[in-house]
This record gives sequence, structure tokens and C-alpha cells, in this order.
Amino acid sequence: MAKNLESNTYTVLFASGMVIIVGALLAFVASSLQEKITENKRIEKQQNILYALGVNENDETSVEFVSKDIVGAEFSKYITKQLVISGTEAVEDPNAYLIDIKKEATEAKNPNYKRRLPLFVGEKDGVTLYIVPVRGKGLWDAIWGYIALDDQLVVQGVYFDHQGETPGLGSNIKERFFMDDFKGEHILDGDTFKGINAAKGNADPKNLDKMDFEVDAIAGATITGTGLSAMLKKDLAMYIPYLKTLKQ
Amino acid sequence: MGLLSKKDAKLITDPLADNNPITIQVLGICSALAVTAELKPSIVMAISVMFVLAMGSTVISLIRNIIPSKIRIIVQLVIAAALVIIVDQILKAFAYELSKQLSVFVGLIITNCIIMGRFEAFALANGPWKSFLDGIGNSAGYGIILIIVGFFRELLGSGSLLGYKVLGDAIEKTGVYAYGYENNGFMLLAPMALITIGIIIWVQRSRNTSLIEHN
Repeated sequence: MAKNLESNTYTVLFASGMVIIVGALLAFVASSLQEKITENKRIEKQQNILYALGVNENDETSVEFVSKDIVGAEFSKYITKQLVISGTEAVEDPNAYLIDIKKEATEAKNPNYKRRLPLFVGEKDGVTLYIVPVRGKGLWDAIWGYIALDDQLVVQGVYFDHQGETPGLGSNIKERFFMDDFKGEHILDGDTFKGINAAKGNADPKNLDKMDFEVDAIAGATITGTGLSAMLKKDLAMYIPYLKTLKQ
Repeated sequence: MGLLSKKDAKLITDPLADNNPITIQVLGICSALAVTAELKPSIVMAISVMFVLAMGSTVISLIRNIIPSKIRIIVQLVIAAALVIIVDQILKAFAYELSKQLSVFVGLIITNCIIMGRFEAFALANGPWKSFLDGIGNSAGYGIILIIVGFFRELLGSGSLLGYKVLGDAIEKTGVYAYGYENNGFMLLAPMALITIGIIIWVQRSRNTSLIEHN
């Protein structure tokens, strides 16, 4: 037996057997929990959209969503319309928030595919805001966010999140000090779309100039910041033709 | 402990104090610094590691006689990784916000030196029951330090415990804040976790001087 244990055949067989057993077990666990996880993600999406709209339970420095027991009701209360955009046209779709942005971006590589761009119209304190979902790449993995714009295309709130950016560095994109910097920033220079850059060597570290299309970057998170700027530039641009029709 | 023989009980009690994985063996430090800003993630992390280590040690010990020694490290990794994924999926399904808070650290349980260390040093050479106890003991020793650190960091850093504002409200100046007490935001940063662990090590060694290394 002892001799057998070290033979190559046995090693290969053992490895294969182990992989099959472990694989089957994990597949079983994943598929039986799938439904609950999807539901959690749906709730989180609603919380994120409401957060960008300014509906949250923040105190001075924390990031607190509305609780998940009331998020469904709050979502239907504040989000008045959900649209799917193509060019300057918009079609209403009550489940636009369920559109998978990642999937749409992949499908869009096929030139015949008509990409669906969800846009959420919310109303808070009498002001109508347009919330644009964005998705891009950070240093390690995906980053995404929701940008709330008013009808003059000025940012009124953002929420960013990430899959696996470095804790304490890139992960700070979801901290208040970074997200709050975006409030009041313009994305249009006259009629030209500029986006917003997370800029290093920023001449405006206190972020008083809201027309410079820049916020202060996070130290130690250069690639996450660059990815975030690129994400804003690329994904917001797709909505600009429609958003410009709002700006009279 | 009537249930356990003296030797078995030692497997659990030893790592709690005199052979603690964090303060004596200095293993598993990175996660101890990272997740302990609040008490709740510390507790969840402690439970997750306990699950992975106890289950993993038992499984490894059960198959220890049929593992080809050439690939034993890979086998250990696969078993630890599978258990970690199960923990991760369960957290995502039943404690979603917590799993977001722990983010990459759940995945990083697999790189926790304590896990591979106990698999390699103990489970491969001992029976399943002993290995199970050893896993429980070592993860409890790890968890207890996490919980102590989390307790002090959340209490002094945010003035709360498990999210309850036990010291009063910092903004409305009630409780101890009425007397001019302020939260120490520095406690929430990783360096203070290291200092807190340092203090625990200091206290432990000054109480039991036989733990002090002499060169």
C-alpha cells in the first residue's frame, strides 16, 4: 500500500477523484443558494440607486443604506420612472433596474445587438434627478456605480462599489470623502461632454472649482482612479444624447 | 471536563492562552488587523475560521492515510478552498451586508497561516477526533484575540458595541459625550489594531513570564 501511494497513477487518480467530489459539492451548494443570493443582489441594487438619489441613512461620515425591509417601498416611492434609452429615444420599462449592465456591455460587442441602457428617474424634495448606472474596471476586478444628475447635467450624488479593490486603498472609492467630492461637479463644458477625472496633482484639492471636471484622486489607488475616470467617461457618454434633450 | 480526557482538553485550552496562534505563534495577523474595526465582523470571522479549520482538520485527518504525500499541500489547499467557498456562499445568502463588509477577507481565510499550519502540523499526523479538537482550539484562540481587539476598537473608536451606542450619542452629546469625551478615530485604522495586539502580547507575557523568549 505504501508503495502504491506514491505511484503516479495513484496520484493522478486521487487528484481527479478529489476534484470531482469537491466540484460536485460546490456546485450543489452554489445552485441551492443561488435564489437567495440573487434576491440579495436585487435589494442591494435598489439600495444603491436610492443612495445616489440621496435617499439613505447617512450620519456625518458613514455610508448607510435605507434598511432592506423598507427598500422596496422606498424604491417605488422615490423612483418615479424607469427608462430604457437608445440614442435620444426613451422607452418606459418598470423593470429596467433588473437589466444586467455587464451582460449588455458584453453583448454590445456584437454590432447587430441593440444595447439596452437603463436610466432611473427619481424625485426627491421636488427635484427630478436622472440616475445613470456605470460599470468599468478597477485594479483587480470590476467597479461600478450610480451617478445622479439633475436636468442641467450637474452631479447631485454618486455611489461607487467594487468587487475586490485593495482594502484601504482602491476600496476607498466607496467612502464618503471620495463620493461626496462628486457632488456639484459638472460633466459638460458648454456643449461638449467632458466626464469627471480622478486627478492626481490636482490644483484644487479642496474641490471648490466645480467646473474643472476633476476630483481629487485617492493616494495609492492610481489604477482604480484611472479605471473610475474611464468608466465615467465611457458609460456616461452613451447617455449624453438623451440627457442633452432634457437640458433646455 | 468529564467528556474529554485530560490530553484532549489540553488540545483546546492550550491554544487559548499559552500557545495562542496570534499572540505566541504570531500567525493570522493580517486578518486580525483587517476585520477588527468592529465587533460584529470579528465574531463572524472567528466563526468562519472555526468552521473551516475544524471541518478541514477532520477531513484531512480522515483521509490522511490515502493522501499521496507528493500532492498533500495541494490537497490541503483544495479542501480549505472548498470550505471557504461554502462559507462565502452561505454568508452571501444569509448575511449579505456582512459578507460585503468582510469582502475579500472571507476569501483570504484560505491564506490564513493558521489553517495550513494546523493541517500540515497536526491533522496529517493525528486522528480525526483529536484533529477536530485541535481545530476548534486553535480557531478559538484566534477568535478570542479577534473579539478582544474588535471589542476595544469599536468601543473606543466608534463608541458602540455591535452597533449599539453604549457610550451615548456623539452628535447629540448624550451619555459620556456630555462630559467632553470624544471617540478616538485612530482606533479604527489598522495601526491601532497592531498596537492593541501588541498590548495583549505584553499583558500576557508579563502575567506568565515563562513565555518570554531569551536569546
